[in-house]
Amino acid sequence: MDAKIIGNLKIGDEVFLSGIIYTCRDQAHKRMVETLAMKGVLPFDIRGQVIYYCGPTRAPQGRVIGSCGPTTSNRMDEFVEPLLEAGLKGMVGKGSRSEGVIKAIRKHKAVYFLTFAGCGALLSRYVKKATCVAYKDLGPEGILRLEVEDFPLIVAVDCQGGSIYG
Amino acid sequence: MRTVQAKEVTEKVAELCIKANLELRGDVLSALKKAYRQENKAQARRIIKAIIENARVACRLHLAICQDTGLAIVFAQVSQDVRVKGDLITAIQKGVEQGYKKGYLRNSIVKDPIARGVSGFGPAVVHIELVKGDRLHLTVLPKGFGSENKSALKMFNPTAEIEKIKEFIVDTVRQAGPDACPPYVVGVGIGGTADYASFLAKKALLRRIGFKASRDDLGRLEEELLEEINRLGIGPMGLGGKTTALAVNIETYPTHIAGMPVAVNISCHALRSASISL
Repeated sequence: MDAKIIGNLKIGDEVFLSGIIYTCRDQAHKRMVETLAMKGVLPFDIRGQVIYYCGPTRAPQGRVIGSCGPTTSNRMDEFVEPLLEAGLKGMVGKGSRSEGVIKAIRKHKAVYFLTFAGCGALLSRYVKKATCVAYKDLGPEGILRLEVEDFPLIVAVDCQGGSIYG
Repeated sequence: MRTVQAKEVTEKVAELCIKANLELRGDVLSALKKAYRQENKAQARRIIKAIIENARVACRLHLAICQDTGLAIVFAQVSQDVRVKGDLITAIQKGVEQGYKKGYLRNSIVKDPIARGVSGFGPAVVHIELVKGDRLHLTVLPKGFGSENKSALKMFNPTAEIEKIKEFIVDTVRQAGPDACPPYVVGVGIGGTADYASFLAKKALLRRIGFKASRDDLGRLEEELLEEINRLGIGPMGLGGKTTALAVNIETYPTHIAGMPVAVNISCHALRSASISL
């Protein structure tokens, strides 16, 4: 996501994302932030990328992915700042964020989106490809690279630090 | 004395795990449809429509309604005149493992809460109750943790006014805010002990939406709480609207002269459960 696109997004905007997003939740966040603290290399180039707080169900035969809705974002709040510093530009999840995260989003000119919460079956239709790129040992918490098409999003925190939850 | 084979218990529990996770309860679907008709905010309507559409897609594609297929909670009511041939608990746990595996449900359970480690399908939390009759009644309630994390327990003084209790219940929903997939179903347990009130709050989620508490005063309390909670305006996905909760269900039990335990267990809109009588 480049700065121009991010700059145009305002809270409440309903948009569709086509491209690459990476699933990443609790334990993967912890590992990535530990890696950064030890000056290590992240399992994917995070610069300009979007993270999706999601741990999908396994894909039944003939399907790309299982049910794949968002998990509660604010459990990841304590890990956000270092990832933004490393170049992360977007996050997708559900629910509110802390004051600290909103400030960090403004500082790093990033964006936080919501997607339909509790609608994992519906959202699976917008995923065209899913590949595990790291932390396979974490099972549903491993990092998946998802190719998505017209994935529905609502801008919840924009790069000016405005929040849809006030 | 009727006999039920442990093997049959395993098979049925496996089926219930899949059914509960893939097919949204009829009463929940009806409540969502009613909420859709009542909402007048366009965005709230779009979100409820997506939730209803999600239930349809889940059923058609044989996918879990929600990727958080929960920690399976199994309520087994064992009648005194039923004999289970084999080990009941083992049979239930095996059923959960098999159902979650076969239904492509998520392996969300870590064996150790502190060390965490590799996640698996079970074990379930199992509640066994001995009742009269000659049936074995099984219910599976897969509980997602986005909403479970918002549970609350408060030990009130026995002299506490009902208004204070209502305030606590409404405040628990306010605290959950947009995070736990509203519109919610709110389970409340009042009485017993700290643990038993929590159990009642969970059990309250099993009562079909639209069925009021058996006692009139509790039914009125449920209605008042539902109105107050919906006045919070949290709405679907927390983006505002009339529907913050679909229902409030209260269960009570006698308690000690020195106390009044009150527990709240919130369910997301994907309130899932399935039952069978053997």
